[in-house]
Amino acid sequence: MKKMFDAISNFFNLPLNLQSRIVIVIAAIFIIPAFFFPLWNMEFWSTQYPEGLDMYIYSYRLDSGDDGNDLNEINILNHYIGMAEIVEEDFTEFKWLPLALLIFIFISLRAAVFGTMGKLVDAFFLFLYFGAYSLWTFGYRLYSYGHNLDPRAAVNLEPFTPPLFGFKQVGQFRVWSYPDTGTYFLFGFVILLLVAAWLSRNEQKTSDDSHASLKQKNKTE
Amino acid sequence: MKIRRMSNSYLLWTMLVLGGTLFIGGCAKEKASRGRTGVEVGRSDIMDAALKTYVAPGDMDEYYLFYSGGHSGQIYVAGVPSMRHISTIPVFTPYPGTGYGFDDESKAMLGGFKWGDSHHPALSETNGDYDGRWLFINDNAQGRIARIDLKDFKTKQILKVPNISANHGSSFITPNTEYITMSTRMSVPIPLGSYADVDEYAEKYKGIVAGIKIDPEDGNMSLGWEVLVPPFNYDLGDAGKNVSDGWFFWTCYNSEREFIEGAKLEVTASQRDKDFILAVNWREAEKAVKAGKGKMIDGAPVLMPKDIPGAIYFMPLAKSPHGVDVAPPSGKYIVGSGKLSPTATVFNWEKALAAIKAKDYEDVVDDIPVLTYTSIMEAEVPVGLGPLHTQYDGKGFAYTSLFVESAIAKWRVSEPWDVVDKIPVAYNVGHLVTAEGKTVDPDGNYMVSLNKLSKGRHLSVGPSIPESAQLIDISGEKMKLLYDAFTEPEPHYAVMIKADKINPIEVYKKEDSHNPNAIWSDDEVRVERKGKKVEVWMIAVRSFFAPDVVRVNEGDEVVVHITNIEQTRDELHGFAINDYDLNIVIDPGETKSVTFKADKPGVWPFYCTNFCSALHQEMQGYLLVKPKK
Repeated sequence: MKKMFDAISNFFNLPLNLQSRIVIVIAAIFIIPAFFFPLWNMEFWSTQYPEGLDMYIYSYRLDSGDDGNDLNEINILNHYIGMAEIVEEDFTEFKWLPLALLIFIFISLRAAVFGTMGKLVDAFFLFLYFGAYSLWTFGYRLYSYGHNLDPRAAVNLEPFTPPLFGFKQVGQFRVWSYPDTGTYFLFGFVILLLVAAWLSRNEQKTSDDSHASLKQKNKTE
Repeated sequence: MKIRRMSNSYLLWTMLVLGGTLFIGGCAKEKASRGRTGVEVGRSDIMDAALKTYVAPGDMDEYYLFYSGGHSGQIYVAGVPSMRHISTIPVFTPYPGTGYGFDDESKAMLGGFKWGDSHHPALSETNGDYDGRWLFINDNAQGRIARIDLKDFKTKQILKVPNISANHGSSFITPNTEYITMSTRMSVPIPLGSYADVDEYAEKYKGIVAGIKIDPEDGNMSLGWEVLVPPFNYDLGDAGKNVSDGWFFWTCYNSEREFIEGAKLEVTASQRDKDFILAVNWREAEKAVKAGKGKMIDGAPVLMPKDIPGAIYFMPLAKSPHGVDVAPPSGKYIVGSGKLSPTATVFNWEKALAAIKAKDYEDVVDDIPVLTYTSIMEAEVPVGLGPLHTQYDGKGFAYTSLFVESAIAKWRVSEPWDVVDKIPVAYNVGHLVTAEGKTVDPDGNYMVSLNKLSKGRHLSVGPSIPESAQLIDISGEKMKLLYDAFTEPEPHYAVMIKADKINPIEVYKKEDSHNPNAIWSDDEVRVERKGKKVEVWMIAVRSFFAPDVVRVNEGDEVVVHITNIEQTRDELHGFAINDYDLNIVIDPGETKSVTFKADKPGVWPFYCTNFCSALHQEMQGYLLVKPKK
């Protein structure tokens, strides 16, 4: 048992080599597009909307196709089933998501600067929690929209949850919901952290700081 | 009463015209589909025609065709080559279908008239080619001209011009949309409203030709100048281009200058073997008015011919001419069609300029020099019976409609000036139009023959029969009939423009709305009363009006400003008040105001007339008019 803990703590204390650190810096850069590109995209298709209605969820705002009018259209259609209007102000996520992403840039850079596996693992798992929570809150929001329907609405619909991921038929609409560019970059961030860890898997644990170990390594090469 | 001796040529023409009519009338049943050669007339190779005209569901046409709607007062929009009617643009006549003429703005624009006679559409041009910005059209009845914006296909301006009577020689536009023509076809004493008996026709009745100035930025039209001309009937016009740039041309008949009661104008106006084309230099006319030479008549600056020496001429043309059509691309040749002469006469404008320089005149009529015919005429092309109008294909050929012969002649606009092909049409063609055929760069693929008679070509609808428009393929050596389309009365002229030159908007964007009465949400909805005037700011959106109850007192003046707050394409809403005889239609993002007197007490539903949504039927409200005590 102690052996296992030792192995873990040894792993956490592994220094990160230069390649790993560079990869971590690149990973941190991968977060930046998440401020500029949408994280999620929902598409609504039906016969009378041959060009589809598009909704884009950014880290800090909502956007939609047709110069923003698609969201307006989605809301107009939703009012018939008594769904609350989807408005930016209701998304508390928009207040903390960008800050959280910014923090992740620092957390990952911290791993690159301190250069230990432990800090890298921190960044990795914190981000996984963050990702999971974000997905849950987004899913819960979809659930809420689909379950808090005005009982006096013109069209009575069984409560439903719009798809978080993948396809669902909702009334006359074929709805697709998928991650968008920003999320793909965040996914890249996670992968790069794994790569960084992988690259330093065989580093020797030294009592020295990582710079020394690097120097040593360079000498040996 | 004056009785003239009929000239030999007149007799001959009467016989030919009668003969043509008799042929159509008497032999139609047996021979309508069989021509001289035994070839079927008015038929086409079905496979070829179908392939060339079939536009599959969801596909778009290559061209817009704008037909004038004649005495319907409107413009019809169709696609070529399918010939499908796409839309109607109301211009001079109220049109409940789009609410035109019911809201305050369009009602004011119509100026109290219930109809107009739209004849000749004209597309704005840049360097002699269509630029897809505006469409203009004349009212032959009321001396008006209208402008349609091709961003939203709506009539934006109707200009009524003083002194013009029966504005037929209109609307013909200059190569850079500087000016557009108007003219008097039925001379009257001026200003309009003056009285003189027809006995005094020659002295008291006046012809007027006018240049309407167009603002290059917004297309706004204003009167530039008028020229007072002899009391002939100024019929059709055209604007010169390139070699003939700077000149307007109008044909005229009744150069006999008389209207003899009971003697029939059709007889008295057909006596002279030649009438005229009037040529006016619009740049010189503009200068003369700027120099203050115009005499103000009814608010219009009217020039006398002697005010613009060197800028106004007559060109003799046989006989009772109708169309005058400047030939692209050079604008050197000007083709006049002698309605009662079997020829299209080609004038050479370079020769005309030389004759002007040499003062080579054969006569002077009311201070207007008449250029010597033989000096300026290039060719007399024997096109056939009853030539009316000419269009071009950009490949060196002209196409002239032959009303009496019910045919179109294709002829070479160069030596030996011969007719190379002829196609029968069903029946009695008036105008014809080729694709961009009067621009400096005609496309030479499609032609539409706008026929006056269509009997027997469609399911019978009783005695009131639609007009026919026949699509003809002119891409090859031989013209080929492709398609018969039918329209409501009554296309005269049409213009055909490549579809990609027009880029209409899809909705009125909220951010572009400048209407002070526009409101965009429930919160802004309000009703205000000032004395006996009640003003309502209303929104329409799927599927409700807010407010949905409007309370007024009998006798109140009610103004409803209604904004369709939709920004989604095709989500139109109507607003009709039952028994109040009003219906408006508001496009997405549009605001319209409608004013009426609440003179009927009671409860009057208002509702959305333009089907909008699954709950369209529920889109209604009530106008409550409290009775006077």
